[in-house]
Amino acid sequence: MKIKKVFDKSLWVFHVNTGSCNGCDIEILAALTPRYDAERFGVHLVGTPRHADVLLVTGPVTRDMEEKLKRIYEQTPAPKVVIAVGTCGVSGGVFYESYNLVGPIDRVIPVDIYVPGCPPRPEAIIDAFVKAWLKLEKLRGEGGDDGGS
Amino acid sequence: MNEIFEIFSAVVGTFVLGAFSILFGLSVKGIDRKISARMQWRIGSPLRQPFRDVRKLLLKESVLPKNAVSWIYNSSPVISLASLLTILLFIPIGSIPALLGGSGDIIVVLYLLIIPSIAIIIGGYSSGSPFSSVGAQREMVLLISYELPLAMVIFTLAWRLNILYPSYSALSFETFQKFPIWNSVSFLGFIGAGIFLIVILLVTTAELAKVPFDIPEAETEIAEGVYVEYSGRNYAMFYLADAVKIVVLSAIIIAIFFPYNLSPLLSQYYPVAPWLGYTIDILFFMFKTIIIAIIAMTFLRTSLARLKIDQIVKVYWFHLFTASLIAMILIALDTMGVF
Repeated sequence: MKIKKVFDKSLWVFHVNTGSCNGCDIEILAALTPRYDAERFGVHLVGTPRHADVLLVTGPVTRDMEEKLKRIYEQTPAPKVVIAVGTCGVSGGVFYESYNLVGPIDRVIPVDIYVPGCPPRPEAIIDAFVKAWLKLEKLRGEGGDDGGS
Repeated sequence: MNEIFEIFSAVVGTFVLGAFSILFGLSVKGIDRKISARMQWRIGSPLRQPFRDVRKLLLKESVLPKNAVSWIYNSSPVISLASLLTILLFIPIGSIPALLGGSGDIIVVLYLLIIPSIAIIIGGYSSGSPFSSVGAQREMVLLISYELPLAMVIFTLAWRLNILYPSYSALSFETFQKFPIWNSVSFLGFIGAGIFLIVILLVTTAELAKVPFDIPEAETEIAEGVYVEYSGRNYAMFYLADAVKIVVLSAIIIAIFFPYNLSPLLSQYYPVAPWLGYTIDILFFMFKTIIIAIIAMTFLRTSLARLKIDQIVKVYWFHLFTASLIAMILIALDTMGVF
């Protein structure tokens, strides 16, 4: 499947919470509010992984959410980008050694972009979309194979 | 020879009309998103965003769920788009008469209007997902709700015009085109037609399934409902069908309530060439479409929250039915010549 440039300006986002404290989720919503208005760049929050190009995953992955996160990743049609938002998702944060966790997100599904911060600022989340464009550009350079399906 | 030419012009006209309605519908969607953003004090996406979205969706993988009925699942987006494009062949656009105007009238249009919703319902059930089944049931509830006021509006006005002008075909858009309803009735009938206009504008919002009547796709409660499993090419078809639906429904309202054209008015002052007249009328038609889309869709969807299922049925079967009944009585009094 050939990836064209039009992808960059039309990223549809699906938001997955895998045990986050809701702090990152509020910051994601803040990125969509009138003050930051991520819709300027074509970012659009959708309600089902089938419509999504980007998975925004927040929180350390709890044992309960492991299978579900894998399924959501597989349900997303290729090409796709995964963004891990928040320190918990990137490294586990303060819950690093908890018996209840599988671990950071990249132990369950491949993550393309990491956004650290507890919680990260909305600017950082918008910056992650720019990084997503870079990833898509790299895929284009490699002959446009998708990011695994 | 003449027949061959007619068939040829119908085929070419269908393609031109299809391309026009898809491009124009996507532009109206862009305008709608921009105005909605400005109403919320945002900058919003650029006007060409819907074109980008469609191009992107066409590039995405189109997933077929394991427990879906594949031929129904794949054909329902196409049926939805095709039936909407067919409706446009029966509606006059600007001063151009309907392409198949002689072979169908308002009853055909009313039946064809149901098919996109039926296609969505069947597509929802065939996806094999509980969310889309719930969405399909809600779409059915919505369909049953708005059909009654819609039929009342169209048939009452057709009846009124038929009594005034019995020699013309009652259920044809040409009669509406020739005798605008506002000029044909007296004071009471004018009020009745005004109520009918409000009713049909609210029916348009539900027909487009936009907030406050977007229960079939309600993304926050049932995850986009009927569209939950659709992705890639199939979802792009539904996206285009949604865009074309805006043009179709606005064209019906324009044909019934605002069949005015600019070129007869201009030709009183300047001699207007026929091609220029058609162009002006099509531009005027596009202007009217955008105004109707903004009133029936953008303003409502930006300023209101989603209603519950029972509230929607109540709005259509109780409030709008009562309003239509009052308007019907006013028009009947007008016919009897009470005032």
